[in-house]
Amino acid sequence: MSVERDVMEYDVVVVGAGPAGLAAAIRLKQKAERAGQALSVCVVEKGSEVGAHILSGAVFEPRALAELIPDWKEKGAPLITEVLRDEVYFFGEKRAFRMPNAFVPKTMHNRGNYIISLGKLVRWLGSQAEALGVEIYPGFAAQEVVIEDGVVRGVQIGDMGIARDGHHKDSYTPGMQLRAKYTFFAEGCRGHLGKRLIAHYRLDEGRDPQHYAIGLKELWRVPQPQHQPGLVLHGAGWPLDKDNPGGSFLYHLEDQQVAVGLIVDLSYSNPYLSPFDEFQRFKLHPVIRKHLEGGERLAYGARAIVKGGLHALPKLAFPGGVLIGDDAGTLNFSKIKGSHTAMKSGMLAAEAAAEALLAGGAGGDELAGYTEKFKASWLYDELYRSRNFGAALHKFGPVLGGALTYLEENWLKGRAPWTLRDRRRDHECLQPAARARKIQYPKPDGKLTFDKLSSVFLSSTNHEEDQPVHLVLADPSIPIEKNLPLYDEPAQRYCPAGVYEVVDEDGSKRFQINAQNCVHCKTCDIKDPAQNITWIAPEGGGGPNYAAM
Amino acid sequence: MKVLVSVKRVVDYNVRIQVKPDGSGVMTEGVKMSMNPFDEIAMEEAVRLREKGKVTEIVAVTVGGAKCEETLRTALAFGADRAVHVKEEGEVQPLTVAKALAAVFKKEDARLFLLGKQAIDDDANQTGQMVAGLLELPQATFASRIELDGTGAKVTREVDAGLETLEVDLPAVVTTDLRLNEPRYLKLPDIMKAKKKPIEAVTLAELGVTPGAALKTLKTVPPPKRSKGVMLKTVDELVSALKAKGLV
Amino acid sequence: MSKILVIGEQAEGKLNAGVAKVVAAAQAIGGEVHLALFGKELGAVAEGAARLHGVAKVLKVERPENERALAAVLAPQIVELVKQGGYTHLLFPGTTFGKDLAPRVAAKLDVQQVSDIMAVHGPNTFERPIYAGNAICTVEAPEGIVVATVRLASFSAVAADGSASIETVAVNAAVPTHTRYVGLESHKSERPDLQSAARVVSGGRALASSENFKKYIEPLADKLGAGIGASRAAVDSGYVPNDWQVGQTGKIIAPELYIAIGISGAIQHLAGIKDAKTIVAINKDAEAPIFEVADYGLVGDLFQIVPELTAKL
Repeated sequence: MSVERDVMEYDVVVVGAGPAGLAAAIRLKQKAERAGQALSVCVVEKGSEVGAHILSGAVFEPRALAELIPDWKEKGAPLITEVLRDEVYFFGEKRAFRMPNAFVPKTMHNRGNYIISLGKLVRWLGSQAEALGVEIYPGFAAQEVVIEDGVVRGVQIGDMGIARDGHHKDSYTPGMQLRAKYTFFAEGCRGHLGKRLIAHYRLDEGRDPQHYAIGLKELWRVPQPQHQPGLVLHGAGWPLDKDNPGGSFLYHLEDQQVAVGLIVDLSYSNPYLSPFDEFQRFKLHPVIRKHLEGGERLAYGARAIVKGGLHALPKLAFPGGVLIGDDAGTLNFSKIKGSHTAMKSGMLAAEAAAEALLAGGAGGDELAGYTEKFKASWLYDELYRSRNFGAALHKFGPVLGGALTYLEENWLKGRAPWTLRDRRRDHECLQPAARARKIQYPKPDGKLTFDKLSSVFLSSTNHEEDQPVHLVLADPSIPIEKNLPLYDEPAQRYCPAGVYEVVDEDGSKRFQINAQNCVHCKTCDIKDPAQNITWIAPEGGGGPNYAAM
Repeated sequence: MKVLVSVKRVVDYNVRIQVKPDGSGVMTEGVKMSMNPFDEIAMEEAVRLREKGKVTEIVAVTVGGAKCEETLRTALAFGADRAVHVKEEGEVQPLTVAKALAAVFKKEDARLFLLGKQAIDDDANQTGQMVAGLLELPQATFASRIELDGTGAKVTREVDAGLETLEVDLPAVVTTDLRLNEPRYLKLPDIMKAKKKPIEAVTLAELGVTPGAALKTLKTVPPPKRSKGVMLKTVDELVSALKAKGLV
Repeated sequence: MSKILVIGEQAEGKLNAGVAKVVAAAQAIGGEVHLALFGKELGAVAEGAARLHGVAKVLKVERPENERALAAVLAPQIVELVKQGGYTHLLFPGTTFGKDLAPRVAAKLDVQQVSDIMAVHGPNTFERPIYAGNAICTVEAPEGIVVATVRLASFSAVAADGSASIETVAVNAAVPTHTRYVGLESHKSERPDLQSAARVVSGGRALASSENFKKYIEPLADKLGAGIGASRAAVDSGYVPNDWQVGQTGKIIAPELYIAIGISGAIQHLAGIKDAKTIVAINKDAEAPIFEVADYGLVGDLFQIVPELTAKL
């Protein structure tokens, strides 16, 4: 169906208003201002507003922010609670071993960092960007990459007003085409356009497969006497284990707020594992529950985390475009921090693009400058030093893996002469249900632990009802005919929002997709053992409405 | 014909509101704000009337603080030609809002005043009627259908008994109900153009409005939780219970 | 002492059932209660009104212009009555009649109205809902007359055991002619509209097919003269059209009686029925969350229970 589409041209189009995208946009404008020239920059964001889809712990390292906006404090950046104390635990079901600070790898020390709401910081970055003249358009989802003669020329914004069966409703509004000399892809972990670009340009050739985790988080308001602002708690062990690894966090921010979460590695092997239920029961641990008791749960959310590090990092630049932030995979897993690295990568790409454009370049080429700057930066250095962390944990488990990291970081100062590789893809790790151990999760108590739907309720998630389902099955028969007998269709459990259900109907089984609940975490795209599910962007403006996550 | 459309910035209807534990109100800091959905319907109706050739100019107006400019930009993206921002920080109650809007309506010499029947934050459902009362204009509230001709309008209203149709002379005030129309998606090019359309700022004082005595909110609490009722064993028990309560 | 004027709603010779509830609210405020009725010829309506417990006087305002209730026509007359009677409170039912009329009167009296009173704490202090009832405010009205609409679901009708005096009052206010009544179309379908029905029967995914909705839910709804709703799961499974959906993203309703059949009670659904007066739940799972909020719960097989219930009602 050919439809007339509006076209707008910019010097740079950025897909995604997260830390990488906004840092890049700000840097572009700064470079232009310094050169006394103009660069037009447009940021499109699928969330209903900037910050709506941002979710992170977060303990934030201000290094990149200080480079980007040195007077961030005067300008009111929401970095309020400084880290005062780090605690690292190894949990058993009822007990906990607290690791003495001397044995904690350097990467887990947080002096000089801040406990923040990344959503609030991103909103602040957004207002800084707008003040510099960046055009930001929330509520619009980039649906396709525009590639002409092998060169990325921009993105196609999705059409709105298409009914579930595909026909055009009265409200049908065709999406605009945004063209640019360079397009920056900053969609975060497992961006749907990034995924296509990596395949199209073979950006992952020669690299290790990318690895992921799912992070689930809740924000609580706790009674004043329990509130210890500045406390950073990290844990490993229960409720997870060597074959189903992960870690936990609990941070005290300002305003009597506590962020608590569980990170479950998506290389887990037990198909009966439910990351959501692991998170819920984790909160019952005596060490954790005493922080939350008597408090009120304010918000819930979940997001996949990219953790493959340097060896899984794809080629970053291709004709007319670049990958920045977690769309590339810049998160430093040994620190479990990705915000400062995302920002830095955005800034490096911006500097390279600005130099090319301000010198009169027409764009459309492969920004070698970005790759060079990246290799010469502290970002590369950081990723290099922690390159073995993920693989160490996968190969040796949390205790030995952690010990190895301690050795590498604290004693060898990151210059380990060896490199560990992890070649198994996450979706290949599930063992068959017949051989797996079923897990009995406790029922939610409604005080500390809750059910999935009540949790999704607190993410303020909404999608336009009558639209095509944005979770696309290549083969609709696979869930019931293959995944169900082999793995008891783990989608029912790995989705943190209850999107996927196996429903009994008149003696037969049906795979139900409740697309409305989707919190845009991307876990299904990653973990489906058949790689049968592709997440594409639903109509712009839909998804969670995280207030301060 | 000139139409004035009033819009209000409210907490987005998707947001799960939180009541502050100290009873001082609802948490609105950092929470997503949008144009009141009933006002979106009013904007949409104004634009459709223009597309039908009945209306020539659409002016959007809001009463509120500096951040309300976003809402006016949305109205301009919908298709308003220009906007008026009555700048007043803090809570402004319906009577004061109505006085300001009445003054703007007179100043603009508009023929039709469209606005949502109520705002989804305070749920007051008063402003439109008050403007009509202050200016002694016809009012047609909870409209589900509007037909304009030169001197008058035929409005169908959703009332308890069904659908009531009224004929009103213009100028008149019409408040919109849910089934009047489905607002269109805003197009990116229109959002871009809206940034350049003019917004005129005025104060209550400049309009000659003094805020009236306001309702004082003493405290705000969450609604009482429903508690578990009675578990019955048979249909007969259920039927008796319902009959006893006079429900069947 | 308070002197309260209740504005009575009447149509086609019948007093609106909500008026008895507004009188209850007036009683809660305390003081002398008058009730005003407007029409062309009031007759029996006034007698019914005079029987409402606690009403001291019924005022009949009979004019040809009052044949239909038009806010622009009634407002100046009410303003005149207020001036004549020195009332301290002016109460309207929270019906479309009262909501349409009250603010126009409040503006003419230069008073900030209180909408949807749920409870009375004092002559000037009331509770009212905001954010669709997700928060409740206690507000204090300033000095001067209190103009308010009363939320009918929050008050019980007073008994019809009173004997007020009935007075015909001449109100000489000039009334406008700029608004004219054209017609009224009553709700066409035999089944009441889901949004405003006093009783609603709702089905969930457990019904398992659209045929089962027709076979089990419809007869029960017909027996009760109820509207029909459904859970999101039933809509998503394709058993019923999506405008039957009750819940956070469907319709938010407040019927007198809500019967949830085969509905588990996810929080999104409960958000749509939190203001229902009485909730009945029928589900085979004793642990279903709906039983936490249902006033009456029955655990069992809906395919047995529902036909039995339909027959016995």
